[in-house]
Parts: sequence; C-alpha cells; structure tokens
Amino acid sequence: MALTVTAAQRAKPGLNPYKFSNEIRRLVLVESKRAGVGHIGSSLSIAEIVGSLYSSVLNIKSPDDPERDRFILSKGHAALALYAALQLKGFISREELGTFCDDGTILCGHPEVEVPGVDFATGSLGMGLSFGVGAAMAAKKTNSQRRIFVVISDAELNEGSLWEAILFAGHHQLSNLTVLIDLNGQQALGYTKDVLDTSSVEKKFSAFNWDTHVVEGHNCRQIIDTVNKLDFANGAPHVLVAQTTFGKGVSYMESKIAWHYLPMTDEQYEQALTEIEKMEIEG
Amino acid sequence: MRKAFIQKLIELAQKDSRIYLLTGDLGFFVVEPFAERFPERFINAGVAEQNMMGTATGMAEAGLIPFVYSIATFATLRPYEFIRNGPVLHNLPVKIVGIGGGVEYSHHGPTHFGLDDVGALRVQPGLSIITPCDSDQLKTALEKTYNAPGPAYYRLSKNEGVTIPNLNGKFETGKLDLIASGPDALIIAMGNSAQEAAKAESNLSHKGINATVALVSSMSPSPEEHLIETISRHRHVFTVESHYINGALGSMVSEVISENGLNARLTRLAVRHNPHGLVGSEKYMQDRLGISSQCITETVVNSLNLAAR
Repeated sequence: MALTVTAAQRAKPGLNPYKFSNEIRRLVLVESKRAGVGHIGSSLSIAEIVGSLYSSVLNIKSPDDPERDRFILSKGHAALALYAALQLKGFISREELGTFCDDGTILCGHPEVEVPGVDFATGSLGMGLSFGVGAAMAAKKTNSQRRIFVVISDAELNEGSLWEAILFAGHHQLSNLTVLIDLNGQQALGYTKDVLDTSSVEKKFSAFNWDTHVVEGHNCRQIIDTVNKLDFANGAPHVLVAQTTFGKGVSYMESKIAWHYLPMTDEQYEQALTEIEKMEIEG
Repeated sequence: MRKAFIQKLIELAQKDSRIYLLTGDLGFFVVEPFAERFPERFINAGVAEQNMMGTATGMAEAGLIPFVYSIATFATLRPYEFIRNGPVLHNLPVKIVGIGGGVEYSHHGPTHFGLDDVGALRVQPGLSIITPCDSDQLKTALEKTYNAPGPAYYRLSKNEGVTIPNLNGKFETGKLDLIASGPDALIIAMGNSAQEAAKAESNLSHKGINATVALVSSMSPSPEEHLIETISRHRHVFTVESHYINGALGSMVSEVISENGLNARLTRLAVRHNPHGLVGSEKYMQDRLGISSQCITETVVNSLNLAAR
C-alpha cells in the first residue's frame, strides 16, 4: 500500500521524516513515469536528504517570508525530489505537481524561482553553492538568524567554481551555511572514481576549514541529529558528506549508470512502485 | 573615472545601507576609501570571479545591492554564465562594474582588453548596460540607476580627468547625448570613444565639415527612439566604439536603421580583428585599430568625398 501524508501531518512541523522521504520517492516515480522523463536515480538518491530537511529541519513559515531558511538544490537535475517535498509541505498543489514537464508548466526539469518555495534557479552545475554563500553572507551581515542549506552532488565537485565557493565560505567562516553532499559515486557517463576521483571528500573540506561530518545518506535520524547539533551562530561552515545509493529503493536502478537518463517502461514502473512500497520504513 | 566611481559609491552607501562592494582582488589605490569607510560592507572575494558573481546573486536575493568590481573582461566574461543564471535569470540588482573596456589596458595585452563585453552582455534581457562618457556623467548615471530593481553593467574608463565638452554631467536612460550639431555627418560614439569622436568633430570643423556628435551612454535599454529621430536627419552615419565590430554599438545602430527603414549609409569604426601581436599605448592601439580621432576624421572625409563624386 502506498504511503500518503495527510493534510494534518502536512500542517505540523514534526512530520515523520522516513514517511516524508518515501513519499518523495513515490511521487518521483509517479511523476517521472507520467512525464516520460529520466533523472530518476538522481532524485531517489536524495529522497532522505531532502525529506529530512523539509520534514524536520527547515524553518519556512511561508515561501515568501524573508526570514525563512534558504534551501538550494544545486544539483538541479533532481528537481522532482524538491517539487515532491514542496508539494508535501503544501507550497504547491498535487494538481500542479501533476503538470511536471507538461506544456505550460512552471515545473521544468530543473527548478526555476517561479515555483513557490524555490529560492534559486539551478541546473547548471557548480552555481548553487555560490548563491548559498551569498545568502549566508547576507544573513550574517544583516544579523539574521536564517540558515542556508545547499545540496550538491559528488559529481558536481568537478566544477571549479564550487571550489572557489568552498574556499570563500571556509575563509569567511559562514557558520550559517550547511552543505549536504549526495555522495552516490556516479555521474552521467560513469562512476566518479573513474571520471574525476572525488574520494576523501571530507578531508578536502576539512582542508578548506569546514566543519565536516560523514553520515549515512538514507538515515534520516542521523542526518537530522547531525544537523541539530551544528553551531549555526559561530565557527566554520558545515558539510554533511551523505553516503547514498544512486537510485535508492529500486533494485534495478541502484548504482546503475544508465538510470541517470533513462525513463521507465510500464513493467519497470510497476516493479519500482512495488519495491518502494515494501521498503523498510524506519523511525 | 574609477575615483569618481568610488566617491559616488561612498556617497550613495552613506544614505543606503543595502550597498556592498565586492572586488575580485582588483582596485589598488581605488577601492580603499570605500573599504576604510565601510569595512563591513567591503568584501575582497579573491581572484574568483565566478563565485563573486554567485555570491552577489545570493546577497541581492536577500535585499542587498552588491556592486561587483573588476577589470571589464574579468567582471563579465569569466563569470558570464553566473551573470546569465544569476542576476539576469533571477532579475536581481547585482551591479557589475567593469573597468577599462576596449583597449584601455593597452600594453597589458589582449588578455586584459574588453572588446567583447558589451556585445556578450547586450543579448541578455533585462540587463542594463551603461557606458558613461566621463566622470560627471558616471556620477549622474549611478545616482539615477543604482536603485533600479534589475541587474546592470557599468563599463567604466580607467582614465582619469577626461571631460567631454557640452555633456555637463547629463545622463538619461534610453537617451542619446548630443554634444555637437551639424548637417554633414552623424558620428555616434559609445562610452570611452566619446573623446575621440569629440576631437574628430573639431578636426572636421576645421576642414569645413560640420558633424553632429551623439554619445551613447545607455546601451541597454537602447536609445532607439532618439536614434531614429537623429539618424533620420542624416545621410551619412558613423559609429565609433572601442569594441569588436559585432555585437555592440555598430550592431545596435544597424539594427535600428534596418528595422525602421531609415535611409542612411552606415560606416562602423570598430575593432575588426583579434589585436594580438602588437601592443602599445592606448593611443597607439586606437590608431592601429582604426578607432582614433584621426581615423574617424579620415573616414568621414573620405566617405563624404566618395559620396560627392
């Protein structure tokens, strides 16, 4: 039986992060199948990262509250996971989510700021962290308590501009900035270790003066507990190196390069839905 | 013009706390007065122009007005996609300041020239491009435009002490500045070519040729209506710019002429080839590239003679 989130749950900040995340996973499958598009594996990979943040971490009273926490999906090709979270939060309707990639939709394959709850448009890799750095700098300069969360991918670390941002944030000790790295070990045409090796990424961030944590990327409780212990007022910017599985939850997608781009056949879709409905929901 | 920029920015920053200055580690002996007056609003972003532009985008989203300062080519082309996906896509008030457009960095060589900045940026919708002709005009332009909601590019000369006759510090968005009036030819110049155009007008008048000189300090939005009106009164039109021939002033004027069916013969004075291999002073480069006052004068005389045959 498919998991659903009730309106009552939606209205409360203390949503069950595991159920929230798996509902993201289900919506990703449903809408990517309906739209006939790919980037499914990348979206499934961050279901718990996005689900943990939106269910239990982010302080967003409304998408246009200037004092809201900012969330930036720098790996914009996983937009569907973000749209699902925004729908579960009630920022966009279920009907709107059902227009993903249709003619005339605001929900395209990479997020745009016209979507309620999207703070920065992304899609060209390596840009979102710089936007986040600026947002963090602005909050510090104006004595605001708001925090900035940026999700990047390990493949995105290929982009030189990211390292400019990492150097800058470490130098300026932007403690209100948290990066979550979706460390799934894959990129469009191969495994990261074979394309441009990003191993020991936590050591790289430490060397750039960041506060570094390694977490299990599908363990909501660990992600949330780690974030809750961070010092957002003082010290270094934070990075959670989240060890994830590409395509998590769908056996034939997991750790398979092809599922960066492929859409699902009818049979594959049925199998995927069945598998995620049987996923062990913790918490 | 750099000193006038900093003076004016300090003046504006005193009354508007949203103003910040980010530099890509450039502006020695220029930016210090701002940094000393507003240490909390001055950020040396390091030699990292992409992140600087992205950071400015994030700051602007939070309601601040970041000015992003570097040499023209480093401020525009290095972070070009950040400009496109940042302030342009989000329509945020990031104010890009590029110093030394054209060949002002003369003996520094082609890596420091800004011959493609305006052309590259002019294709971006909603991005104002302001090319002041002297310091007083820059001050007026800053005063009038710094608070606009969208992004802007200010292409500032690094030369100090230039004053264009009859300009008197005027600036109006989407308007030309007419500094000389004559029936024989129309010379249209962009930003830091204004001085050469003014000198050429003087040279021509000594030869009995009376030219109108129109300056373009608002490249985007373009002074289209004003151009139509002015070009309609002339048969011979010359554009002058310290920029490659495609994409900036000459292109804009030819678009206006052709789209409006104007009956004018256009001659574009601009840089027609990659100027590598030979460098010298700015004057030497202007002569060599065909955009000096002498080149303008000769081109106008030859064109009118040819037409009279």
